[in-house]
Amino acid sequence: MSKINLIIDGQKIEVEKGMTILDAAKKINVNIPTLCHHEDLCVAGNCRVCVVEVKGRERLEASCATPAEEGMDILTNTAKVRNARKDIVSLLVSEHNTQCTTCYRNTNCELQDLAAEYNVDGDRYLSVLKPNIKVDKSSWSIEKDDSKCVRCQRCVRTCAELQHVNALTVSHKGNEMKISTFADLPFNEVVCTNCGQCVNRCPTGALTERRYFDEVWEAIGDPNKHVVMNTAPSVRVALGEMFDNEVGTRVTGKMVTAMRKMGADSVLDTDFGADLTIIEEGNELLTRLKSALVDGDKSIKLPMITSCSPGWVKFIEHMFPNHLGHLSTCKSPQQMFGAMTKTYYAEKKGVDPKDIVSIAVMPCAAKKYEANRPEMNDSGYRDIDAGLTTREFGLMIKQAGLDFNNLEDTEFDSIMGQSTGAGIIFGATGGVMEAALRTAYAVVTGRSVPFENLNITPVRGTDGIRAASIKIEGTLPEWSFLEGVDLNVAVAHGLKNARIIMDEIAAGKSPYHFIEVMGCPGGCIGGGGQPIPTNADIRAKRTKAIYEEDMSKPIRMSHENPEITQIYSEFLEKPLGHKSHELLHTHYRKRNRY
Amino acid sequence: MAEIAKIIQEKVETYGRERKALIPILQGIVAEKNYVENQDMVSIAKALDLSAADVYGTASFYSFIENEEKGEFVIRVCKSITCEMKGKHKVLKALEDELRIKLGETTHNKKFSLVETNCLGLCDVGPAMLVNEEPYTHLTPEKIHDVISVYRNK
Amino acid sequence: MSNNKLKRADILFSSYSVAPYEILKRTMQKDKDFVINELTESGLRGRGGAGFPTGLKWKFFAQEENETKYIICNADEGEPGTFKDRKLLVEVPRKVISGMAIAAWACNAKNGIIYLRAEYNNLIPELKKEIEVFNEYAKKFNLEFNVEIYSGAGAYICGEETALIESMEGKRGEPRNKPPFPIQNGYLGKPTLVNNVETFAACSMVCRYGAAEYKSYGTSDQHGSKLFSLSGDSPKEGVHELELGMKVSDFVEEYGDGDTKAVQIGGVAGFCIPRKEFDTTIIGEGNTTGGATMIFNSTRSMYNVIHNYLDFFAEESCGQCTPCRIGTQQLLKGIEAVKSGEKPESYLDDLVKLSKTMKLTSKCGLGQSVTNSFSSIVKNFREEMIY
Repeated sequence: MSKINLIIDGQKIEVEKGMTILDAAKKINVNIPTLCHHEDLCVAGNCRVCVVEVKGRERLEASCATPAEEGMDILTNTAKVRNARKDIVSLLVSEHNTQCTTCYRNTNCELQDLAAEYNVDGDRYLSVLKPNIKVDKSSWSIEKDDSKCVRCQRCVRTCAELQHVNALTVSHKGNEMKISTFADLPFNEVVCTNCGQCVNRCPTGALTERRYFDEVWEAIGDPNKHVVMNTAPSVRVALGEMFDNEVGTRVTGKMVTAMRKMGADSVLDTDFGADLTIIEEGNELLTRLKSALVDGDKSIKLPMITSCSPGWVKFIEHMFPNHLGHLSTCKSPQQMFGAMTKTYYAEKKGVDPKDIVSIAVMPCAAKKYEANRPEMNDSGYRDIDAGLTTREFGLMIKQAGLDFNNLEDTEFDSIMGQSTGAGIIFGATGGVMEAALRTAYAVVTGRSVPFENLNITPVRGTDGIRAASIKIEGTLPEWSFLEGVDLNVAVAHGLKNARIIMDEIAAGKSPYHFIEVMGCPGGCIGGGGQPIPTNADIRAKRTKAIYEEDMSKPIRMSHENPEITQIYSEFLEKPLGHKSHELLHTHYRKRNRY
Repeated sequence: MAEIAKIIQEKVETYGRERKALIPILQGIVAEKNYVENQDMVSIAKALDLSAADVYGTASFYSFIENEEKGEFVIRVCKSITCEMKGKHKVLKALEDELRIKLGETTHNKKFSLVETNCLGLCDVGPAMLVNEEPYTHLTPEKIHDVISVYRNK
Repeated sequence: MSNNKLKRADILFSSYSVAPYEILKRTMQKDKDFVINELTESGLRGRGGAGFPTGLKWKFFAQEENETKYIICNADEGEPGTFKDRKLLVEVPRKVISGMAIAAWACNAKNGIIYLRAEYNNLIPELKKEIEVFNEYAKKFNLEFNVEIYSGAGAYICGEETALIESMEGKRGEPRNKPPFPIQNGYLGKPTLVNNVETFAACSMVCRYGAAEYKSYGTSDQHGSKLFSLSGDSPKEGVHELELGMKVSDFVEEYGDGDTKAVQIGGVAGFCIPRKEFDTTIIGEGNTTGGATMIFNSTRSMYNVIHNYLDFFAEESCGQCTPCRIGTQQLLKGIEAVKSGEKPESYLDDLVKLSKTMKLTSKCGLGQSVTNSFSSIVKNFREEMIY
């Protein structure tokens, strides 16, 4: 890569050719404000907030979209630049529904920050906000309020580039230009997977998750209700960000205490559901392998693909409806947990399941949709009654008046509160695969996976698709058919990569036996319900925290979780048994691609 | 539907099964029935392996690609400054009276739609309008009846 | 700079005194570099409005080595008040296609496309006939150059070359970030030369007459002839071919109705010249070269004029960038508010400042040029904006 030299605010700097002015400035800690820019996404150059002066040019340049050139002399802080930025922010405000006090994103809004920074006068321009904008609340997961949209198109780029879903588009032009679904249909009628990545990248309150905390508070306040809360692994490594902790801080103990203080009757761990998923899914995989390899059953679909991620599940239902047989029939940990709450837990605790309100705190927007899928009530009751995002939960802690950072650490309740490191790592891309391999290998060979500290590093990392091959040797007699087999596995995260995996399968060219797919980039730690912002650096730090949490656990294989052993002996009897099929497994439906 | 499938097929043969075929397909459908329905956009999306939202977003950008039902003859009256100076308002009024619809509407028999459009490039011979692709110039309210009559009888 | 009186020219519409595509044939007997150099020497600038030196553009394009290169004739003539390209395509399409073919030969490109605005669809049958004639001659000359017509779908912004390319690729016609420029990375990622209809016609005229003669038209700064689309309060509306470099007063004297109060030069994206500046303003100097000229007499309300322009801009902005999308709406709403008394007179100054910000920060020429007409009208006809 060749280097070029330029000057930014009087400071000489050498950068790689092709780098934008914005990135060059960042290198020397010159802060240029941005709005449409997002490091996960391609350059747009739309909002024009990041304009800078290039000496010798009359017009200002958008620093995010302009490559640095040899000899450029750039000024980022002149009257001309400041006035232009202030005008632009003022214009955005004039197009905006400025009822900030009633906005969900109040105090965490990039437009608000810019307006404050440039001390924008609300009367400077007339309002050109379109009247009578209706908020689309049709989806279980996502709300769209065009009156708060700044047309930065981050959502459109997210949906297209990262997720290959293209549920969102830019429509019309000029003063009518807006962000639309197909034909402006309601969200619940289009191909949206509810992944919430758009929500996570929206700089304002235009795209938000549908909130359920009022219902949750109501249940907590109802003495006749028994409120069971469970939290996903990724929440505990991100929630701290809501309380100004450093990114990657683990706050498991404080989180548990907070729930208890908020009034939950029982604070449990979704990771238990993850461990349960590993048992069921691992056995499902081994059964499929046996049917295919030993019995030669052609109807068995391989590779088998994980079904933990509800955004991914809806994606395959829309985009590859003829390949649903590849999905594991296992419900996700959330839904398994919910089903057990309304049956096993209810029985053990002697609570009538109709009085139980099960609440899942998730890093996810799609989990809300999953909780509301009509088939998710095999016990006769909804598996999960309400899904909250990490963000909603953080806000509830504030509403409860808790001094989060000074809460003491406490442990999850029992039963269904114990979990393993394997359950924890579900939160990071590759984690389900690693957890499954830890258990499957142990079940088949009676020995631990041949990786130091059980850390199966080949499936970890940030590459969009990662493949690994594990030779199974020294099998126990009942699994001898697997002796010497190279188990080919792959991990994909972000729906863009899921599509690549599926195209391979559709073409009959997939070399894998088992694939983990997570809908969101980075897996759940980068989920659509996580604190805003989320970017590559933040995802890396949360991932690190996940693996630290794993290492901190005394038990790191799902099948060794004593509560798992207990639930099979007391209730489920055996993996893939009758009760499992009834309560822990599900089916999928074909959906329209367009 | 059969016609739409045929149009898509023809354009794909000319332009390839690629995104660059999109606007020609949309234009082909407009030529066939004066507007593009949601269902047509879904068919196009399938044929070109695009998302339906993408097709919609692109179609809605262009003023000659209508998404709402239009009449057999779309009358586009130029609203640019020189046509306005030469009496566009009166011409428009005459059209509204003749067709018994308001600007932006379509007649009950789906024969005519009346819209305004930006410069037609007929500024020296304004006021001007297009009826589908046919330009009419030096318009006066008096001429409107005769022009419309020709299309009434088509 | 120049005290040129108004001088008519008869170059672009002059009748053929030679066989069809004779200019192309003769040009192809010369050296390619020589021809491109001639264009540079002629001083010809793009006739669409931006005024980039044509010879230089061709030179860069010729340097691009690629099996597939595109030549696009920009016939998306959407600027209100412009209709000269229509006339060229109707009356002398051969000169336009010759220009494209010369570019193809000189710069080694094989694919030609005429991007014709939807409003001109009725020209397609005749144009197709001419393309067939061209194909015969091209075959005779051993020139491999395929010309197609691409019909636009109704969007002013597609006159901007990168928006035009986006549109041809089947996308929304939104201008791209530049660099890269189309010369390097244009239609379908290939090197692409986009020139206006008149520019191509003028290129073939440079080749016919030679740079020296072409350059002798106009002034020391503004060379050659230019088509003016004249409309408004004039008894001589239509397309006029003139040498560049005349004063507005000369123009008004020839074409006005005796009561001219303002002349809009360069279409709505250009400047509005008030009577008091007729004598000091030279057409083509510091203003655009698109050639759309509208004359307003004293019966016209300049408030209505700028209102009409702003309405147009607010509608035809692609909408992607903030200053253009919202700025155009603000200017429109702003003058209405001043007129109605909702905002004080001084608000006009705020609006002028805003239009300057639009010029500094907009992504493409549309948003950047709104200030030209806006400031000149608001400044010169301020009382009309208020009362």
